[in-house]
Amino acid sequence: MRTVVTFLSRRNGRARPSVTDVLTAFYLFLGVLIMFGPVLWLVLSSFKTPAALDRFPPSLLPTSQETVQIKGYDRPLPLFTVTLPDGSRKKLAEVRRIGLEAQMVDPNAPGTIIKMKASSTTPVRSVQFEWSNYSEPLKRFAFLTYLKNSVIVTVTATLITLIINSMAAFALSKYRFRGQYTVLLVIIGTLMIPISVILVPVYLVIVKIGWLNSLWGVIIPGAATPTGVFLLRQYMLTIPDELMDSARIDGASEWRIYWQIILPLAAPAMAVLAIFSVMWRWNDFLWPLIVLTHNEMFTLQVGLNSFQGQLNIQWHFVLAMTVLTLLPITLVFAFLQRYITTGIATTGIK
Amino acid sequence: MRAESDPGGARSVLTGARSAPRRALQGSFNLVMNVLDLVMAPLQRAIGVKRMPWVFLLPNLAIFGIFVLFPMLLNFYYAFTGGTNLFPQDRPFVGTANFQRIFACGNFLQPSSCQEDTFWRAVHNAFIFVPAQLIALVVFSLITAMVLNRTLSFRGFFRSVFFYPVLLSPVVVALIWKWILQRDGLLNAFLQLLGGHKVLFLLNAHWAMFWVVFTTTWATMGFYTLILLAGLQSIPTELYEAGSIDGAGAWQSFRYVTLPLLMPTMLVVLVLALIRAVQLFDEVYAFTGGGPGTATTFIVQYIYNTAFATQIRRFGLAAAASVLLGVVLLALTLVQLWAGRRSDAT
Repeated sequence: MRTVVTFLSRRNGRARPSVTDVLTAFYLFLGVLIMFGPVLWLVLSSFKTPAALDRFPPSLLPTSQETVQIKGYDRPLPLFTVTLPDGSRKKLAEVRRIGLEAQMVDPNAPGTIIKMKASSTTPVRSVQFEWSNYSEPLKRFAFLTYLKNSVIVTVTATLITLIINSMAAFALSKYRFRGQYTVLLVIIGTLMIPISVILVPVYLVIVKIGWLNSLWGVIIPGAATPTGVFLLRQYMLTIPDELMDSARIDGASEWRIYWQIILPLAAPAMAVLAIFSVMWRWNDFLWPLIVLTHNEMFTLQVGLNSFQGQLNIQWHFVLAMTVLTLLPITLVFAFLQRYITTGIATTGIK
Repeated sequence: MRAESDPGGARSVLTGARSAPRRALQGSFNLVMNVLDLVMAPLQRAIGVKRMPWVFLLPNLAIFGIFVLFPMLLNFYYAFTGGTNLFPQDRPFVGTANFQRIFACGNFLQPSSCQEDTFWRAVHNAFIFVPAQLIALVVFSLITAMVLNRTLSFRGFFRSVFFYPVLLSPVVVALIWKWILQRDGLLNAFLQLLGGHKVLFLLNAHWAMFWVVFTTTWATMGFYTLILLAGLQSIPTELYEAGSIDGAGAWQSFRYVTLPLLMPTMLVVLVLALIRAVQLFDEVYAFTGGGPGTATTFIVQYIYNTAFATQIRRFGLAAAASVLLGVVLLALTLVQLWAGRRSDAT
């Protein structure tokens, strides 16, 4: 609390807050609202019942109308606040509504039915989280299949990327051989060729191999990331070569030098690449959209998109699944954000 | 804090606390590598140490070759063939017919007068989107970076807030904003509160384009803010002190110290953003689907629609369009390299 007060009363050394200080605080406040507000709104909305989602104007918190079980009625009745003719306010349950007339009953005296204008009643609402938005799609739709596919793609692709990129980086940083710079140039050159430029021929290759509607078709083409090779190579260049020489004298094979000496020392760069790879793969959209055409092979992103494209969107399910889709990346960010932000600031890649 | 000064701190992520599953993982990793060594060690004896780098390069180069270099060459071949068959041997050679079709246009300023009107509509849309996006990105990430660069409490928190949307997938970003902009959504509720009328934002061509620019800026500005922040922090504070001694005000020190010294970083940001903006697809496809009509259709979506999303799959036409896109991207990348060298030099 004290830090908040010092923050709010920070004055840049002057007696009164300057115009810039006020503007800064205002900009940050607006920034937090615009950058984080929409995500918060998504999460809050995902807990609302379909009825609450239909309401306009929408309520901030997920609310639903309170109901009460009254003897003599087989289903729970919705509660309303009503203003009685004598001016007093009371909570009554609605039995039925006929045209503009509402028939109410007092929960404490269920015997008599009170008739009044429906417009004079307001529903009693309380905050209530609709967890079935989350549990229902797990049962009714292929959501778990999409989730499984996305996890398989993300984990396998990241492992393959880490291993083959570090092998290439090892060769390019720890050896001198003919053709070294040609290879490096080719790898950097492929940075310029995004997949959107070669969609048709890569699709042909995938069809020829027989990877259409196979997760391998999503995993392999993007595994040899030029950014990964470049990042790891730059890091490995800083590892002294003397370590390798002494290992060679001890009779270690080149492969053993790679995975027992260089790989552990390159762990920080590997961690950065691992985080990036998880982000790339989890969020990947265009290529899976082309390779995966069968519903049961969809990844989360493709599945979510096909869901929201349907004619009558079931928003209460779509919102909940969107939250589940952004959850893993949010957790990764929450725990590893230092590595992500410093990684980007130092390498300029995403 | 430690990690920022000591990159070795990141190692604890991978090899820090030794829990049981991590030990098991380490064990199986060692096992796999040892088994591979049974192949690699004899191989090394057979071909000699000198050729070992090629063995290490092999998996990467194989994937580059099969999925990038070979397709790139094949793409040119596709661009000069016609028909709807996928396999190259079934495709008739048509010369430059695909390019002629794309460039068959009465008036390039009026897409409807062109044979491939969607392509030119996409080009027109790009000419609206790209400048708008670049201006919005540079202005907002520069302001944000400068605000975050002031000595303030909770800088880490605010930096995270502005950066967080960068990590969200395009589909998630699209859904978040679709939900806010829909007919009975939050924004329309605000409008009505202020006495306005409901607007069907994504069914109006102009509004749809505005929101495409807005959401892509929202989703990517954190990335550029981070780069600009790093650039701002590398400006020596002595320069500002010297400026204030000479009587420079806030605006003057921004105009004559910050802006010139930030120019190289700004150039990098501009080119990176430009290359991304030209390739825009995911965000828009999930957000507006290119609509209403073709109001927010861009080049990559034209390629995708032509080759994959219609009954008649005109692969040749799509390949021709991607060759054109590739030429534009190549030119932009050369500009980027030039900008990068300039920023290294200064």
